[in-house]
Amino acid sequence: MERALFVIFALTAIVAALNVLLRRHPLHSALALLVVLGALTGLYVLLGAYFLAMIQVVIYAGAILVLFLFVIMLLNIRAEEARLERRPFFRWLAVPFALLLGAEIFYLVRTFEENPVPSGTSVGVTEAIGRELFTTYLLPFEVTSILILIAILGAVVLARRG
Amino acid sequence: MGVVVEAVVKIVIVFGIVLTCLAYLALFERKILGWIQLRYGPNRVGPWGLLQPLADLLKFLFKEDVRPTTPNPILFSVAPILSLVPALMTYAVIPFGDRIELFGREITLYITSVNVGLLYLFALSGLGVYGIVLAGWASNSKYSLLGGLRSAAQLISYELTLTLSVVGVLIQVGSLDLVEIVRAQSGAYFGLIPKWHIFWYQPLGFLLFFIAAVAETNRVPFDLPEAETELVAGYHTEYSATKFAMFYVAEYANILAVSALATTLFLGGWNGPGVERLPLLGVFYFAAKTAVFLFIYIWLRATLPRFRYDQLMRFGWKVLLPLAFANIVFSAAVAAIA
Repeated sequence: MERALFVIFALTAIVAALNVLLRRHPLHSALALLVVLGALTGLYVLLGAYFLAMIQVVIYAGAILVLFLFVIMLLNIRAEEARLERRPFFRWLAVPFALLLGAEIFYLVRTFEENPVPSGTSVGVTEAIGRELFTTYLLPFEVTSILILIAILGAVVLARRG
Repeated sequence: MGVVVEAVVKIVIVFGIVLTCLAYLALFERKILGWIQLRYGPNRVGPWGLLQPLADLLKFLFKEDVRPTTPNPILFSVAPILSLVPALMTYAVIPFGDRIELFGREITLYITSVNVGLLYLFALSGLGVYGIVLAGWASNSKYSLLGGLRSAAQLISYELTLTLSVVGVLIQVGSLDLVEIVRAQSGAYFGLIPKWHIFWYQPLGFLLFFIAAVAETNRVPFDLPEAETELVAGYHTEYSATKFAMFYVAEYANILAVSALATTLFLGGWNGPGVERLPLLGVFYFAAKTAVFLFIYIWLRATLPRFRYDQLMRFGWKVLLPLAFANIVFSAAVAAIA
């Protein structure tokens, strides 16, 4: 049962991810990304990471992707797309990055050790994550919050100038 | 096996009741609007107009499905489904009552109780935007597109307040599980005032939640996405027959869900006198409290004029959001002292 669900979600994620890249219309790509996020949510739930699964939907699907749609609908993305197409430099840049990604995946698969989480543990539960965030990972957490604050300030400055 | 059967039976019962309630909610609304405006409301089909929902249903099913010429026919058909499904999925975690003994086994009066129940609800409310935005886009009409975009902006803005207004309750209870939140509200102080969150430290949170919830469900006075004087009918201008019915049902499903959620979070859910001895009574308390919210919704619609768009945004970001933050600070301070 669990394996079957995993295969379904994983295949959905891969097919949808390919769709994100291959679709001509940016809106269709954005919708394919929504499907990817949905499939990932399913995978998180299978792993018992309920909090992560829900937060993923709330933040990515509920807020960020809606903004993507917003931008695509309000602006004419076609013009931007044509401008990028004319630079062959970007295409060649894809080769080293693809190689790098391939090497990373290869390394991960080689060094992977099966280390399953014992069933019935509460690693993915809200309280456990909260405790970890505010004790072990307090510094990265606070640094991230400052980073987000800077991004907000940047957005305000840019909006003012326009 | 027994667990699966129990779950399936509960899902069927809950959805049967909820869908019937939704049909009658439409009648309830038209009747009350009628009374407030000194009219009778629907009274032709059946005694007291009680068969009106059935007549509406048949009308929606048999009308012609008019399609606009659109480059996205599939999206046009999928959008109403995307709007309806998240609205109905919310009822999976809403606790209608505690547990009862039936046929020698203990049965809980909610479909499931998950540890991230509240987050699940917010995730669904975030997904509800897609139906509306895509309907606006796929209709290939400027009124629909403007309605869809307005709705997206409004939902994102008020979702912040909606989420933050609940944090006070979370600080007090210490759990995202809706059943735990209701349990925490049982009993009374001095044997007189019930321990509902609306009375204890969260009246501001309740007010913010309710205002944001009205905005989230696109209702008067925040019904700008379908402001008929400006946008014809907004995002569902081009929809007809069954697809229109889906948007219609989704709107009522959202209203009912939000009212049930307000009851659960702030009005003690199923709690009331005599529930300890007779748990089934809790379902009636729950339904009565939810009905109060539904009435207020309709009352607002009959009473208030619509906001202007810039007023809506200013109110959301410059009034409600700071108040929500202040409420969180206050709740944290109370929790630290107590």
